[in-house]
Amino acid sequence: MKYMLLLYATQDGPREFSSPEEMKAMIEPWMKYTEDMKAAGVYLGGDALKGTDTATTLRVRDGDVTTTDGPFAETTETLGGYYMIDVPDLDEALKWAQRCPLANYGSVEVRPLEMFE
Amino acid sequence: MQSIEAVFRAEHGKILATLIRALGDWQLAEDALMDAMTTALERWPSDGMPDNPGAWLTAAARRKGIDHLRRRQTRTTHAGAVKDHLEIVIGERRDAENRMQDDRLSLIFTCCHPALAPEARVALTLRYVGGLSTKEVARAFLIAEPTMAKRLVRAKHKISGAGIPYRVPEGDELPPRIGAVCRVVYLIFNEGYSATAGDELVRRELCEEAIRLTRMLQVLLPDEPEVTALLALMLLTHSRRAARVDGDGELVLLADQDRGRWDRDAIDQGHAQLQIALRHGRPGPYVLQACIADLHANAPDDGPDWPQIAALYQALFGLTRNPVVRLNHAVAVAMAKGPETGLGMLDDALAGQLAGYHLFHAARADLLRRIGRWSEASVAYRRALELVSNAPEQRYLRRRLDEVAAMEA
Repeated sequence: MKYMLLLYATQDGPREFSSPEEMKAMIEPWMKYTEDMKAAGVYLGGDALKGTDTATTLRVRDGDVTTTDGPFAETTETLGGYYMIDVPDLDEALKWAQRCPLANYGSVEVRPLEMFE
Repeated sequence: MQSIEAVFRAEHGKILATLIRALGDWQLAEDALMDAMTTALERWPSDGMPDNPGAWLTAAARRKGIDHLRRRQTRTTHAGAVKDHLEIVIGERRDAENRMQDDRLSLIFTCCHPALAPEARVALTLRYVGGLSTKEVARAFLIAEPTMAKRLVRAKHKISGAGIPYRVPEGDELPPRIGAVCRVVYLIFNEGYSATAGDELVRRELCEEAIRLTRMLQVLLPDEPEVTALLALMLLTHSRRAARVDGDGELVLLADQDRGRWDRDAIDQGHAQLQIALRHGRPGPYVLQACIADLHANAPDDGPDWPQIAALYQALFGLTRNPVVRLNHAVAVAMAKGPETGLGMLDDALAGQLAGYHLFHAARADLLRRIGRWSEASVAYRRALELVSNAPEQRYLRRRLDEVAAMEA
């Protein structure tokens, strides 16, 4: 089954690094996580998203388009990135979610993809 | 001779487990079993019950399920259905007994999967492992039958939609998942034991159902001390059932209970199970709780060994970090070393964690009462009364409040 791991966290995390070492320490677990997924043959895709200060939300109602600044829902944790994986079942998907570096400070929502035949 | 209904209930979980695996589809398995039971209800009263009613029902349901799959196959050449069909044929030749045990465990682990909401786990377990009807499950939880039916449908939708696997977890995964199953069964037991709302008979049946489920689990997982300890804990707790409410429906505290009304047989069974659980190394949370229940059940006339109970609660807190356990520890210390010492343990941190829990205020009120701090006791009883919802407990607290109010005046 294909699953999306939706990565939510608060946005006030460390963005500026005082040293290259610090930056490396932040990035390395993510590189390893992604490499592990590829090595296990479950990785379908994944990206980080820019902050919700760059988000625009659009709706069409009765033909009228409204666009608003900001994310769809104002919550403390916002969607910051995603992975798409292909694994046999939810237990496997949850194992990958648990290994995600963000799981230690944010939340990982695991959602199966709807398949249209 | 067993009634047809009793046979259905006893066999339901076992057969459904086999069918779900064989047919690869929960809803189809359920429908096929329902069909088979309908046929049985038509035939058994006149033809007589078969020698092995479970095998009869399984075979009949399997046939109905396969027929349905064949019809489905003729409509679409669905590869999955062909594969399912082949597996049914192969499955029939496998080691039937082992397979059946695996199937039952798979069903239990699926129903108690941590990705399901706790109330859904309880409902699924009672309905599909326990074989209760939707109506019976609804009645046990005091909710309308359509609401319970919806809850079950939603839960099954989550199982298939989210891809919750139908299998027994292995390796590192197994211990936490056994813990999750134990929690569901214990929740069912406590629902029957603690809540005094609703029909007393239904409540007792819920406890007995939880005990039956745990016995079944123990047969399937004989080397898991926590499962055996949970069985011991339930038997020991359930043994006091008749004594905990008096003739007027009033709550009777443990210390005031008529021990003649405790179920000696259940106590002996519980004690024996606990000895089995204790043989396996490091005690887990259910072993410790069963030890405490055992000390109460087998206490001499002058009361149980409070210092030992206090030590067990302390060990239990070390494992669970649960504030309610800390409260019980304080109460046991109060019994062992005096109310002042116990009161000293109900510190601000604990008060903050348990501010909305009526038993925290009730326990604190009781300790204050025992050292004659009447006005503080009265405030604490009032707070407990504001938070309590069940009627016998409410009346008990009201009586205590009247006592301290009289002393205060």
